[in-house]
Amino acid sequence: MSRRQFVADTAKTACGIGLAGLALSLVADGAGAIAPVAVRPPGVDDEHAFQSACVRCGLCVRDCPYDTLRLATLGEDVAVGTPYFIARAVPCEMCDDIPCVVACPTGALDKDLTNIDDARMGLAVLIDQETCLNFLGLRCDVCYRVCPLIGKAITLERRHNERTGKHAEFIPTVHSEHCTGCGKCEHACVLEKAAIKVVPKDLAKGQIGAHYRLGWEEKAKKGGELVPGIRDLPDRLPGVE
Amino acid sequence: MTLSRRDFIKTNAVAATAAAAGITLPGIKKADAADDIRWDKGVCRFCGTGCGVLVGTKAGRVVATQGDPDAPVNKGLNCIKGYFLSKIMYGEDRLTQPLLRMTDGKYDKNGEFTPISWDQAFNVMADKYKAAIKAKGPTSVGMFGSGQWTVWEGYAAAKFYKAGLRSNNIDPNARHCMASAVGAFMRAFGIDEPMGCYDDLEHADTFVLWGANMAEMHPILWSRLTDTRLTKKGAEVHVLSTFEHRCFELADNGMIFTPQTDLAILNYIANYIIQNDAVNWDFVNKHVNFTKTPTDIGYGLRPTHALEKKAKNAGKGKLSKIDFEEYKAAVAEYTLEKASEMSGVPAEKLERLAKAYADPKRKVASYWTMGFNQHTRGVWVNGLLYNVHLLTGKIAEPGNSPFSLTGQPSACGTAREVGTFAHRLPADLVVMKPKHREAAEKIWNLPAGTIPGKPGYHAVLQNRMLKDGKLNVYWVQCNNNMQAAPNMNEEGYPGYRNPENFIIVSDPYPTVTAMAADLILPTAMWMEKEGAYGNAERRTQFWRQQVKAPGEAKSDVWQIVEFSKYLKVEDVWPADLIAKKPEHAGKTLYQVLFANGEVDKFPLDQTAKGFDNAESADFGFYLQKGLFEEYRRFQFEGPKPGHEMAEFDIYHQARGLRWPVIDGKETLWRFREGYDPHVKAGEGVKFYGKPDGKANIIFAPYEPAAEAPDKEYDLWLSTGRVLEHWHSGSMTRRVPELHRAYPNAKLYMHRDDAKARGLKRGQEVKVQTRRGEVLTRVETRGRNRVPKGLVYMPWFDASQLVNKLTLDATDPLSKETDFKKCACKVVKA
Repeated sequence: MSRRQFVADTAKTACGIGLAGLALSLVADGAGAIAPVAVRPPGVDDEHAFQSACVRCGLCVRDCPYDTLRLATLGEDVAVGTPYFIARAVPCEMCDDIPCVVACPTGALDKDLTNIDDARMGLAVLIDQETCLNFLGLRCDVCYRVCPLIGKAITLERRHNERTGKHAEFIPTVHSEHCTGCGKCEHACVLEKAAIKVVPKDLAKGQIGAHYRLGWEEKAKKGGELVPGIRDLPDRLPGVE
Repeated sequence: MTLSRRDFIKTNAVAATAAAAGITLPGIKKADAADDIRWDKGVCRFCGTGCGVLVGTKAGRVVATQGDPDAPVNKGLNCIKGYFLSKIMYGEDRLTQPLLRMTDGKYDKNGEFTPISWDQAFNVMADKYKAAIKAKGPTSVGMFGSGQWTVWEGYAAAKFYKAGLRSNNIDPNARHCMASAVGAFMRAFGIDEPMGCYDDLEHADTFVLWGANMAEMHPILWSRLTDTRLTKKGAEVHVLSTFEHRCFELADNGMIFTPQTDLAILNYIANYIIQNDAVNWDFVNKHVNFTKTPTDIGYGLRPTHALEKKAKNAGKGKLSKIDFEEYKAAVAEYTLEKASEMSGVPAEKLERLAKAYADPKRKVASYWTMGFNQHTRGVWVNGLLYNVHLLTGKIAEPGNSPFSLTGQPSACGTAREVGTFAHRLPADLVVMKPKHREAAEKIWNLPAGTIPGKPGYHAVLQNRMLKDGKLNVYWVQCNNNMQAAPNMNEEGYPGYRNPENFIIVSDPYPTVTAMAADLILPTAMWMEKEGAYGNAERRTQFWRQQVKAPGEAKSDVWQIVEFSKYLKVEDVWPADLIAKKPEHAGKTLYQVLFANGEVDKFPLDQTAKGFDNAESADFGFYLQKGLFEEYRRFQFEGPKPGHEMAEFDIYHQARGLRWPVIDGKETLWRFREGYDPHVKAGEGVKFYGKPDGKANIIFAPYEPAAEAPDKEYDLWLSTGRVLEHWHSGSMTRRVPELHRAYPNAKLYMHRDDAKARGLKRGQEVKVQTRRGEVLTRVETRGRNRVPKGLVYMPWFDASQLVNKLTLDATDPLSKETDFKKCACKVVKA
C-alpha cells in the first residue's frame, strides 16, 4: 500500500468509520489475540500498549524516507492500520533522527527514543543453521557485514573446522543486548530463503529463571569474587616442595 | 528445479498414485536421483587465492558449482562470490556480437553501436593497425590486458604484440595491482613471486598484515590464518592499516597509522633489530648484500608536473652498495619515538611488533596486498619489509615468510609469468636485456632485432599517450580500465574519445570501458573456454571448456590468434628485418606466430573427449597445449632457471602444481636446500635469482605522499574493494543476491567528521578532489571504521565512479598507481 493510496483510503474510510468501527475492532482484536509476528517501527516496547496507543494515522509511514514502513490492511496477520515492516522486502535504515518516531502524534512510538541504537523493533535470529553458509564453513558473513552494529549486535564466533582441519568457521551470533531488529541481515541474506530472520522479541527470547545466576557474569559485574576471602591450598605434586 | 527430500517423496508419491490410476500429471517431473549433472574440475574466477571448484554442467549450461572438497587451498569451501560462480556468465546483457560505432553503415567515432560480423570487425581493426603503424610506427599501437586472462591468452597477446607487431605497448591491469611487489622481488631477489606458500598459514606463530584486508579480500586464506590463531598456542596477529577493517577483530595488536608512515615504521623495526642485537649474523653474512636506493624520486606524474620538476632523482632506482655500518646509521634516526610520532601508533604497540620480528623463537609470516603495492613508494616499502625478514633470516622456510598476496586469479600465472608487462618477456625475462631478447627471438624463430629493447607504455602512461595522440590504436581485453584507472576525467576518458584514436574493448558485458570504445568484441568467459590460472602461491591450475559461449562470443585467445590472420609481415615489419628471415616474407602474423610448427604441433584429437574446445576446433590444432608447451621452452631453454613447469597434460590431471615443478615434484619453499631443487646440497640457502646468490637489503627513507590533505581538501581518500564484489563489479553486480547484499558504494566516514560537516548517516554528499566529484552517501557505521581525517570508498560501483577523484601519481619505479592516498573534501549534495 502506498502512502498516497493510504491517505485516500483513510479519507474514504472516515465516512464509514462509524459503521465499520465495530468490524474493524473485531479484526484488530483478532490479530492482537494471536502471537504478534509484526516487526514494528522504532519506539515500540510493548505490543499491546502500542496497539492501544496507535491511532492508525499513518504519519510514521508517511515520514519514513526509505518506504520501509507499511500499514497493515485487512487480511494480514497484523492489526489493521498499524505500522510494521517486512525486513526481507525493505529493512529499517536506522535514521539518526528517527523521523517515524518524531511524526507519531500519540506517543505510540516512544518519544523518549532519541538514539536509534536503543530501538528494539524485533530481534534477529539465525533460525536455520543447516543452510546458513557460514555454519557450513563458507565465508559469506553478509548478515554480519551489513549489520549497522557490526561486532556488537552480530559477532562472528570463531570455531575450528573439524572437516578441513585448517579453516576456521565464523558463526554469526546475534546479541539481543544490541540488536535493534532493523532487519538488514534478513534483507541481505543471500540464500533463496533467509536463514536469519527478524521476529518480535517476545517470540524470539527465552527467559532464564530468576532463581539462577551466571557465576562468571556476576563476577565480572562485581569486578571480583562475590564471596571474598575464600582460600585455596597448594596441591601436593611429585618433585615440588 | 530444486527439490528437497520432502518434496521429492511427495512428488514421487503423487506420481506413483497417478501412474497407478493411469493419469499423466502435467508439471510433475520425476526427480532424477543422479541429477545428470556432469561435474568437472575448475578454478574460482575471482581472487588470487585460487580456490578449487567443481563445475556442474547440464544441457549446455553451468547449473551449479561446489567447492572442491579435496582442493588443498580451500577443501570444499568458498567465499560468497565463489558461492555464486554459476551465475556470473548468465547476466541478461551478455554481449553476443561485435558492435561498431557506425553512422550510415560506416565506422564513425560518434556513431551508434551497430552489430557487425567478426570478419568486418577484424577488417576494420586491421585497417586501423596498418594505418597507425605505417604513419607512426609500432609505438602507436597498444594493448591493455589482464591478470584475469588465462595463461595462454596472456602468452598469445604478449607474443602478438612484442614479436608480431613489434610493440612493447602491452601492459596488464596487474600494473595497478602487483607491479610494486614485482619491482621489489626483482630488486631484492632477482626473481619474481613469493618464496613461500599457503602452508605458511599453518606454520607461522606470528602473523603481520601490512595493508592487507584479508578478512574481506582473501576470505578463505583468512579462515586459514584465523584457524591457526585459534588452535595454535601462542599464535598472535598484528594488523596495520590506515583505517580499522574486519581483520582488526582478530588482531592481538591492531595499529592505525597515518598514511605513508609505514616507511618509517619498517625502518624503526630494522633499527630495533640492530639495536637489540637480533640480527641473524650467520644468515646475513652468507646470504645478504647491503644497498641503498636513490631518494627524492618524484611521483610518476607527467614530467611537466611541479612535483616531478622538483624531484632530484625522478624515476631513479639504481642500487648502490653500502656496508652494514652505513645501513645501521641510515636506520638509526628511526627511533621508537620518531616512528610513533610520525605514524600516530602508540609506542608500546610498535615495540610489540618489533619484538615479534626480533624474537628468534617466533616464526613470522607477513602478508600485504594493495596497501603496500598501491603506494607511491611501493617498491621501497615492499623492500623495507624484506629488509626485516632478511636481517633476522626469517625467510624461505616453513612459517617464516614475507608473502605478497595477489588480488587477481592469474596476476602471477598470466600477467607476471608470461611477460604481459611493457618491459617483460615470458619466464622472468625483460626486453631491456639483449640476451633475453635474443633468447625469445630464438625460441620464437624471429629475425634478430624483432623485439624492441625499450619498454613500452605502462598502464598510466598508455592513458596519457592516448590523450596526447601518440597511442592511436588500443585494444583492451579482460578488464574494465575506464572504471579502474586513476584520474578518469583528466587522463582516462579523454584518450578513449580522442578523435585520432581507435579503441577496441573485448568483454562479456557492456562495461563502462566497453561503452567508451569504438568497437566492442563479445567475449567468452571462464568456463566457456579451456583455461589456466596461476594463484599467489605459484600454483598453476587448469580447467576444460564446460559450455559453449552465447551467440558469437569468442574467447580472448581466439580473438588474438584469429586477428593475426588479418595482418601480413609486410604490414608491420620493415623490409630489412624481413630480409633477415626471408622465409617469413609474404606470411600472415598467424603463420609466423601461431601456425609456426610449434604452437600448432598438437593435433585436435589430443583435446579432452566429451568436451568442447572452441578455439582448437576452429584452428584445427590443440591451441592451448601448443601455446603452453612453447611457453615452457622459455622455462627450460631461457637464460633464467627457476620457473619450470610440468607438461601440459599433467595439469589437467592435478589440482594445480606449485612451480618450479621438477622431476614431477612441486616446490613449496624456494631458495632453501631440501625444498628447492635449484639449491644444491650444502648450500643451505641460495637466492639464485641474483648472480652472487645473495639477496639485497635496500635502505630507503620515509618520503611524503604525492598529495596530502590541506586546508581546502582536508581529508585523505582511500579506495578499495568489498568482499561481495569483484573489482569493477561487471560480474558480481549481475548476481542479484550480491547486488542486494551491497548494492551501491558509500563513503565510510568518522562520525565526528560527518557531524562537523553537518552530515547525517545515509545523506547524499559530493566527494570532491582537484580532479572531479562523485555523488555518494555517507556511512558512519558498518564494516570499516575510519579514523578522523580519512574517508574510504569502494570502487566496484559503475554508478559512482570513484576514479574520477583519484590522482594518477604512481610509484616512479613500479609505475603502479597509489589508489590509497589523495586529498578530498566532502560537502552536502
